[in-house]
Amino acid sequence: MDIIYTIWLRNMKRYLRSKSRIIGSISMPLFFLLFLGFGLNSVVQIPGMDENYIVFLIPGMIAMSVLFTSVFSGIQVIWDKQFGFLKETLVAPVSRLEIMLGQTAGGATTAFIQGVIILVISLFIGLNSQNITGFLIAFGFMALIGIAFTAFGIAIASRMDDMTGFQLIMNFVVFPIFGLSGALFPISSLPPVLVPITLVDPLTYGVEGIRYGLTGASQINPLVSLAVLGGFTIAITIIGAYLFRTIKS
Amino acid sequence: MTVAIHVDHLTRKFNDLIAVNDISFEIEQGEIFGLLGPNGAGKTTTLAMLSTMLKPTSGSATVNGMDIEHNEDGVRKSIGIVFQDQSLDEELTAWENMDFHGRLYRIPGEVRRQRITELLDLVELVDRKDDIVKTFSGGMRRRLEIARGLLHRPAVLFLDEPTLGLDPQTRNHLWQYIATLNKEHGITIILTTHYMEEADRLCNRIAIIDHGKIIALDTPANLKDGMGGDVVTIKSSDPSAIIEALKEPWVLRVEQHDGQVIISLKNAEQHVGTIVTLLNREQIAIESISIHKPTLEDVFLSFTGKTIREEEADGKAAMRMYQKMTRR
Repeated sequence: MDIIYTIWLRNMKRYLRSKSRIIGSISMPLFFLLFLGFGLNSVVQIPGMDENYIVFLIPGMIAMSVLFTSVFSGIQVIWDKQFGFLKETLVAPVSRLEIMLGQTAGGATTAFIQGVIILVISLFIGLNSQNITGFLIAFGFMALIGIAFTAFGIAIASRMDDMTGFQLIMNFVVFPIFGLSGALFPISSLPPVLVPITLVDPLTYGVEGIRYGLTGASQINPLVSLAVLGGFTIAITIIGAYLFRTIKS
Repeated sequence: MTVAIHVDHLTRKFNDLIAVNDISFEIEQGEIFGLLGPNGAGKTTTLAMLSTMLKPTSGSATVNGMDIEHNEDGVRKSIGIVFQDQSLDEELTAWENMDFHGRLYRIPGEVRRQRITELLDLVELVDRKDDIVKTFSGGMRRRLEIARGLLHRPAVLFLDEPTLGLDPQTRNHLWQYIATLNKEHGITIILTTHYMEEADRLCNRIAIIDHGKIIALDTPANLKDGMGGDVVTIKSSDPSAIIEALKEPWVLRVEQHDGQVIISLKNAEQHVGTIVTLLNREQIAIESISIHKPTLEDVFLSFTGKTIREEEADGKAAMRMYQKMTRR
């Protein structure tokens, strides 16, 4: 536990010191929220939902913020590799599993905080909920997304030598995961052919879970969401730990 | 004498490339032991195996009595390493880098804080302890890394090219640190270097390593004495003729290299006159002639037929291949 804490602590220190990164990763979901939200608010009517489009969009943007920060945090292991710091941890008398779990905890925490920042901003632009349990449910799903996708980032980083492949991963893996998740539109409004694809996307269940917590309505039963996302988190953490075990400094 | 490191027929292959080829040696406690050789000779690979970062293809080794393959954690606890490339977190302060290391090695809080202060004092970085490492110079970073490597009180300290890329002044300074650490704290040190001077000045014993093999192992003094006492170097347009002309009993060894003839002999002062006379008689023009005490460079040349710099040029191709392979 102490080793996991040590690595988590380092991640926190680095995170709190990189103001530009904090602002940078808040800005994209925030712009989406403002431009898409206010821009489409009067045009879009979500079927079966009384609320504005912007309220529909908020859970999606929180999930997006957590997703991007966590994938990026995980992939940062490559930086440690390139700057040599990874060697320092790998040669210490600690297990690879502890290092990986520490990195995951660190990345998930930063991602979670980024999500909370978007959530707090949302309270000023239309999110209207006094349901404490609802917030806790949303927090739970945010944490799961954070853990799962940091582990996912670490898994990718364990197999990559440098950051050159990063853009590729972003464009062909992370953006599709985001786009297909129902963050921007309800799953039910998609053509039936596409529905199965969105149901394979683990983020869909995260977005639906957060949406249930914050707005009280979702298209997927929150317990199903919890089961699927929880299962995915465990599976990807195991895969990430397995791949990290063989990482070369 | 207790054995700190015992290496037995250690070999490491990367596909077709044999990076380390069946090497055996022993390092005693309290020694400064140098692995001297050009880049790509297998020094770093040897250190990587001894520090459990890389599995040997065959052979075995123990560090502080612990097997590098069967007791990885034991070995790791008992060694400190300063890598060839920097391995500090640049975003953290000097203190935080030390603290991170102390926590990784599970040093309790109070002891940790005390030792960090002591060590930062030793490497003269106490007044910079709260500065971000990004603002440090190359020499300061190296010193910090050495301090960090000592934090968990290792019995053996591994230094991989400790003064690579540092200016002469900082290099001198670091040599003093390393010598002090060894003398006053009794730490066994194994270092790799391709600087002859560094090996000569610091090490009690040196293993000269080339193409993955140890080609000579002795004290710097013995290695140089093995050259016969003196070296006479003659520059000439016709080196082969000189070798032909100098078939004398007092010539211990004669080699031709790069338009120069290198003659190993005893009491060069007495013979240099004879050499000139001999060459005059054969009408061989001498461009220049010099006498010096043998250096490790001469030792290296006599064992490999090349200077270390020439070997580096060859070694680089092999290194690139090696790096590609280790990336897999």
